[in-house]
Amino acid sequence: MLDRGNTSVAGRPIADLAFEEARPEVRPVVGQNIRIARDGRLLLDVDELVVSGSGMTVLMGPNGAGKSLLLRCLANLVAPDSGTITWGGCQPDRARAARLGFVFQRPVLLRRSARANIRHALRAAGVSRGEAAERADQALAAARLSHLSRMPARRLSGGEQQRLALARAMALRPECLFLDEPTVNLDPASVAAIEATIIAAGRSGTKVLFVTHDSAQARRIATDILFMHDGQILERGEAARFFDAPGTAAARAFLAGDLVGEPGPEHRVRTA
Amino acid sequence: MHDLTNAFAETFGLLVSLDADLLEIVGLSLWVSGLAVLIAGLIGVPLGALVAIARFPGRWAIVVLLNAMMGLPPVVVGLAVYLLLSRAGPLGPLGILYTPTAMVIAQAILVLPIVAALSRQTIEDMKLEYEDQLRVFGMGPRGMVSTLIWDARYSLMTALLAGFGRAVAEVGAVIIVGGNINHVTRVMTTTIALETSKGNLAFAMALGLVLVTIVTAVNALVFSLRHTATRSAYA
Amino acid sequence: MAIGVAVGLMSVPAAAGDFIIMQSTTSTQNSGLLDAILPLFTAKTRTEVRVVAVGTGQAIKNAANCDGDVLLVHAKDDEEAFVAEGGGVKRFDVMYNDFVIVGPQRDPAKIAGRDVERALRMIAEAEAPFASRGDESGTHKKERALWRDAGVDPVAASGAWYRETGSGMGATINIAVGMDAYTLADRATWIAHENKAGLRVLVEGDDRLFNQYGVILVSPERCPSVKAERGQAFIDWLLGEGQAAIAAYRVGGQQLFFPNAAGSM
Repeated sequence: MLDRGNTSVAGRPIADLAFEEARPEVRPVVGQNIRIARDGRLLLDVDELVVSGSGMTVLMGPNGAGKSLLLRCLANLVAPDSGTITWGGCQPDRARAARLGFVFQRPVLLRRSARANIRHALRAAGVSRGEAAERADQALAAARLSHLSRMPARRLSGGEQQRLALARAMALRPECLFLDEPTVNLDPASVAAIEATIIAAGRSGTKVLFVTHDSAQARRIATDILFMHDGQILERGEAARFFDAPGTAAARAFLAGDLVGEPGPEHRVRTA
Repeated sequence: MHDLTNAFAETFGLLVSLDADLLEIVGLSLWVSGLAVLIAGLIGVPLGALVAIARFPGRWAIVVLLNAMMGLPPVVVGLAVYLLLSRAGPLGPLGILYTPTAMVIAQAILVLPIVAALSRQTIEDMKLEYEDQLRVFGMGPRGMVSTLIWDARYSLMTALLAGFGRAVAEVGAVIIVGGNINHVTRVMTTTIALETSKGNLAFAMALGLVLVTIVTAVNALVFSLRHTATRSAYA
Repeated sequence: MAIGVAVGLMSVPAAAGDFIIMQSTTSTQNSGLLDAILPLFTAKTRTEVRVVAVGTGQAIKNAANCDGDVLLVHAKDDEEAFVAEGGGVKRFDVMYNDFVIVGPQRDPAKIAGRDVERALRMIAEAEAPFASRGDESGTHKKERALWRDAGVDPVAASGAWYRETGSGMGATINIAVGMDAYTLADRATWIAHENKAGLRVLVEGDDRLFNQYGVILVSPERCPSVKAERGQAFIDWLLGEGQAAIAAYRVGGQQLFFPNAAGSM
């Protein structure tokens, strides 16, 4: 679906080729010594995190662990109290931002048609008018949303809206794709469609960083795991190894479906 | 009351029978205020958007100032524009005092703060929702402003409408800079003022009702546009 | 930029042949006189006369700012002062009418038929409401002079029985109607006024109620923008042929203005 590499580059128009080459790299996304505190509480405390290569990394942990905050820091949407974020070895800048796709838990769709939503994002990234129209149609077709192309985006169902938001992010051909619990409250069919799209993206060269607190979902899609708890990354590694033998008590409790972080046995009641 | 009914019937009769003088007055009112709102919109909407998305020291002062200027007394604006355009004033050589152009300028100044302040509010609210997404697209201030203005277009129409309502209904500014010259700068409100001063109260009131009718029609038009937009979840 | 756009867009409907701007008073306009006589001049000379009708004080002020070519007002002292200062070329008598004191039918101060000084003193003694223009217009200046002659300082009672409206003649009559007050009005505006309600003329015919109108060409030396030739042509017409037109103008059968240009009588 999402072809990259020499064969497809050869098939693209010259203008687009030049454009792609001119685009600066966003990978690796690196965060160092990231700290965020609010009201005396440390919300985020990450010494080092490098997001590079390709494949599907799932950032998981209980609610309030700091997953979304970390993701937003790396995407340069939140400035940490201290520490540095770099994209491709440089300070985050607007030219690189378009190479980092981001899908929010609640999709932010513009007050335009489905197709215009994608076209506008492409135009903002400097894609020519004709090229943007063409790629918008391709993205809609890939997301099986072509029949809704002219619908006002905000009239779509919740699942369709999130699939459109993802199609829009994918149309920009991102090097990195960040998703912040994108399937919460969606119907199973939409969840399956979204998971299929991002798994394919991860396999075809995009680096996907996917935040979820749903361990079942993490098992379905992850190649690597980052496990967060209380603002810290407690575990990182291959998904299979993590699920077989979690290295920390917090991870074991989380995977067992317990309410991690609540001290005392009286709270540890609701198991799956 | 009987007087009034008669006068209204008579005035409305003049209007539907396309009485040239009355149509000229109504037409000039719409033309002057419409053009003033257009100019105020071309300046005020981007200005409001800029204040909405920019972060700089003293921004709050500009917001307070814009909001306060919404209540500018028309007569003060009229006087200021008169002093500017008078032959004895700095722009005297233009020779546009007592012309519709002078009226457009005065009303544009009067309406500008209203359009800018309401646009800022509208766009700042929408920015809360859009900002992260637009930053993810790698948009700069210019792209954000144009995106927000376009997406807020139906709400901004309300701001323009508020400005139009104020412009078409004011008399203080246009009577000073226009001079209420028959067939040149006479608009509905100055005609109403003149007829009132002639003691022609019923005719003046009937003209007032015509003014209200026209403003209501413009409002209804915009309302129906917005209604369509709401059904498309665009508003 | 905005001005440029406006000028560009507006120039189309505003362009309509040659014109002069005349600063004049509300009485000449509200009485309908100008609407009756100006078209005659325009037909003859193809020069439109655009009238800005304000109080005499403001009309002179506007002319002093060069915002007009001709001045037609009724406050002789001020007009002569304006010419003496170099604002105008020369002042000519044009026409006259007279002022009247109007008041409520029941006439609480019992002034009907009295002379002006006595009538004003009686209004002050009775503390009956009196509506004054209060706007530095020709009528207002006249009214103040009459109070001075009557030996009364009504401004001391401002806000009590003496009420300064700060408005034009017609608006002041409307206010007098609303509060059953006396007021000084020029006869032309009074006759043409449609909303007389319970008011009637109580004092008239006194020599001191004479109301002279004068016309002045704004000085082209002081104000290069003045259209001297057309302005002078209008003044010549007003003092010549126009005199008959002024005499012919009537409302309800009554003559409102009496031409008295030198040489035409």
